Amino acid sequence: MSYISTDSEWTFDLLEAYDKEIKRIAEGFKLDTYPNQIEVISAEQMMDAYASVGMPLGYHHWSYGKHFLATQKNYQRGAMGLAYEIVINSSPCIAYLMEENTLPMQALVIAHACYGHNSFFKGNYLFKTWTDASAIVDYLVFSRSYIKECEERYGIEEVEKILDACHALMNYGVDRYKRPKPISAEEEAHRQEEREKILQQQVNDLWRTIPKGHEEEGDKKQRNFPSEPQENILYFIEKNAPLLKPWQREIIRIVRKMAQYFYPQRQTQVMNEGWATFWHYTLLHTLYDEGLVNEGFMLEFLSSHTNVVAQPGFDSPNYNGINPYALGFNMFQDIKRICQNPSQEDKEWFPDIAGSDWLETLHFAMKNFKDESFIQQYLSPKLIRDFKLFSLYDDEHSPKYLVDAIHNEKGYRMIRDKLSQQYDLSYREPNIQVWSVDLRGDRSLTLRHTMQSNIPLSDDSTEVIKHLHALWGFDIHLETYSSGEKIKDQSCPIKKAEDKE
Amino acid sequence: MSYFIDRRLNGKNKSLVNRQRFMQRYKKHIKQAVSEAINKRSITDMDRGENISIPSQDTHEPIISHGQGGQQHRIYPGNKQFDAGDQIDKPKGGGGSGSGKAGNSGEGEDEFSFYISKEEFLNYIFEDLALPNMAKKSLSTQDEFETKHAGFVTEGTANNLSIVRSMRNAHARRIALSAGKKRKLKELLLEQEALESNPDGFQHQTRLLAIQEEISILRSRIKKVPYLDTFDLRYRSQVKYPVPSSKAVMFCLMDVSGSMTQDIKEIAKRFYILLYLFLQKNYDKIELVFIRHHTSAKEVSEEEFFYSRETGGTIVSSALKLMHEIVQDRYSASEWNIYAAQASDGDNWDDDSPQCSALLRQKILPEVQYFSYIEITPQDHQALWHAYKALETEWPNEFAMAQIKEPGDIYTVFRQLFAKQPSQHQGASHQGERA
Repeated sequence: MSYISTDSEWTFDLLEAYDKEIKRIAEGFKLDTYPNQIEVISAEQMMDAYASVGMPLGYHHWSYGKHFLATQKNYQRGAMGLAYEIVINSSPCIAYLMEENTLPMQALVIAHACYGHNSFFKGNYLFKTWTDASAIVDYLVFSRSYIKECEERYGIEEVEKILDACHALMNYGVDRYKRPKPISAEEEAHRQEEREKILQQQVNDLWRTIPKGHEEEGDKKQRNFPSEPQENILYFIEKNAPLLKPWQREIIRIVRKMAQYFYPQRQTQVMNEGWATFWHYTLLHTLYDEGLVNEGFMLEFLSSHTNVVAQPGFDSPNYNGINPYALGFNMFQDIKRICQNPSQEDKEWFPDIAGSDWLETLHFAMKNFKDESFIQQYLSPKLIRDFKLFSLYDDEHSPKYLVDAIHNEKGYRMIRDKLSQQYDLSYREPNIQVWSVDLRGDRSLTLRHTMQSNIPLSDDSTEVIKHLHALWGFDIHLETYSSGEKIKDQSCPIKKAEDKE
Repeated sequence: MSYFIDRRLNGKNKSLVNRQRFMQRYKKHIKQAVSEAINKRSITDMDRGENISIPSQDTHEPIISHGQGGQQHRIYPGNKQFDAGDQIDKPKGGGGSGSGKAGNSGEGEDEFSFYISKEEFLNYIFEDLALPNMAKKSLSTQDEFETKHAGFVTEGTANNLSIVRSMRNAHARRIALSAGKKRKLKELLLEQEALESNPDGFQHQTRLLAIQEEISILRSRIKKVPYLDTFDLRYRSQVKYPVPSSKAVMFCLMDVSGSMTQDIKEIAKRFYILLYLFLQKNYDKIELVFIRHHTSAKEVSEEEFFYSRETGGTIVSSALKLMHEIVQDRYSASEWNIYAAQASDGDNWDDDSPQCSALLRQKILPEVQYFSYIEITPQDHQALWHAYKALETEWPNEFAMAQIKEPGDIYTVFRQLFAKQPSQHQGASHQGERA
């Protein structure tokens, strides 16, 4: 067999040749993907794509302008290289290649994005449950034009106010358990109109002030609303805020939908990047083994790969948290190792998978886990030793940190637990729920923050409740509870001189 | 199946709208930064963009997140010497800021900074000055062009076709494509002639037929070389050059007596900047002369002009006299377009004001293109104002004056300058010819 290329300049013909070979090998490894749409773009376009969180089109908002300016500046100063690729969870799966990349880099990106990420998007249970790859681009089109229309009708400033408020609460705009049903853009527009009518009717009903005659007696029993605490704050606002106009509710819904779309990505960063990195590594090595690429190609690929999976120590100036590429890649490699070549220790820790078929085990892991459970399930003692992980306990009342576990027999389980917890969104984000609405009185909305490990909210929360106040239209109370007791109360507008007891 | 799409030719400014939204939102900050930049820069240095910094607190988008405190576990990689149970001192002064991450992000990120272009920078200056759009446009864009020859190119419109060049190319191509064939044809014709003159033998006959055939093939090939082909065509290339005309000198006159505060000087600086920008659009070469005065006048550097302090009384005529001398000395009115801008808080020694207006009337105004005076004072008009007032009607095209309380008032003294720009421009080039 002869090399596909020996030069580092890429052409469309060569890209296609590489794609063909990589696809063939990927299929051999049972990677099931959406069709690929590979777009070559310039560095400026990459900056645009960056600024719009990788979406091919989005509504206008100043915050995207801010991201763009920051990216542009860092890039022009050389403080930051641009990512080699951006890939979008859609069908067809859109991947951007930057024109500046050399041919080996383009091949790497094709393997990484178009077969790695793509198969993850299609296979992982979170993506399957929460996102609909075939509908997202349609939905983006709908939301962009809807918001544009609102801007024309109600003014940019009005729309911006709503968007600002929604962005502040975006992480609290997701359903964690209910499964949404996908629909197309046409249906979306149609339903939107219907929604508008019905919704307003319902809200009016809830806030009805005309007495209902003889029913009044029953009403005196304090009606608790909502009957159960609500975790999806934006959803609650969209459906129940008394003063919002229909278009404002629709915008809230749009932001909520975007949050929901990104929700799986936020929970699978380690797995997603690890999976993609594992496969670009494996696929390109297979190309080499088959004699389709030469040593020069591999050298360039490996030097880039090594940078991607580097994990600086906690005391290094380059340390910036645990590198998801490094952790994910090494975990998948490690699972493969445990399957193919288990040690005595592995057999004790992973009796189920030690010695099993590696490809099947890997696919099973990719499909059925998210970062938190993936780490809990598969982080091996060997990897903890390789990374020299340790756990640091920080109690605000103590003047010192405590090292409470290191990479030894006693520490493995604790490190695995704590690292897994670090990726648990419900632990990483404060637990805040809509608690009650004072239907009969001042219409104030009360949220309850349940503290975990006595960790307080950041100062931002004051700003966020201002935004919430803007959406709800009446007073907002945010109560913080720690082990069943109320310890803090924030309000917007701020209550005059609270009596301190 | 994978599809490859080349998107490089698609628009690259997808983020333009978002960028504008951002700029609009932080207009106040940007204006503040621009006005600081103006104070730091030289008058002649308005031709570049500026780095704008906004406290990142102000551009921050709040979200609900955990703060510091409580009891937290974190996992770190790269353990070297720690053993379970080890205690480590918390960094002091950090207020117990736990993780290394917080330490990293706290540094150097308290400002969000970005770059605005020259046009944007100028626009922010103009906004303060309340310039009408016409004037803004004439300042920030170059609108006078001259087309010049710039050789020949392969693409163009029919009216620019260079016939001589095109025919020359066609000729050369015809030679190149047919010379070899013609030579061969010539040889064959000679041979044919020789054979025909000696018509015996069968061999000669067959050779003759072969030659005749070859000749006809060659002839048709030569005929097929096109007389004029599209790639012979050459077009005259026309390039647009901006045409600033000739040279100008700008006199900046300012009272630096004790009563002129730094605020007043900063307003004056914007006044000079505006005049300079205007001149820059119209002249090739601009010289600046800074004259400051209290009781006596002195020519100084820009730095000294704006930032050194003096005390004492005020005699305005000293500056006018000095200006006149410098004009006589270095800038003859026949060679230079002379502009002058005078700024003062209006204070003058009482007996001096009539002298000033006389100087202007007799010596200065006849020589200059434009003389503008601003009185920066929130109070009633001072002596100098009254002395100058008459000049406004006497020299309506050359003299303008205004009282200024804020930068927005500056434009009034330039209104005429911008309004009659076309004729001004002609006047300028006319003077250039005189040189």
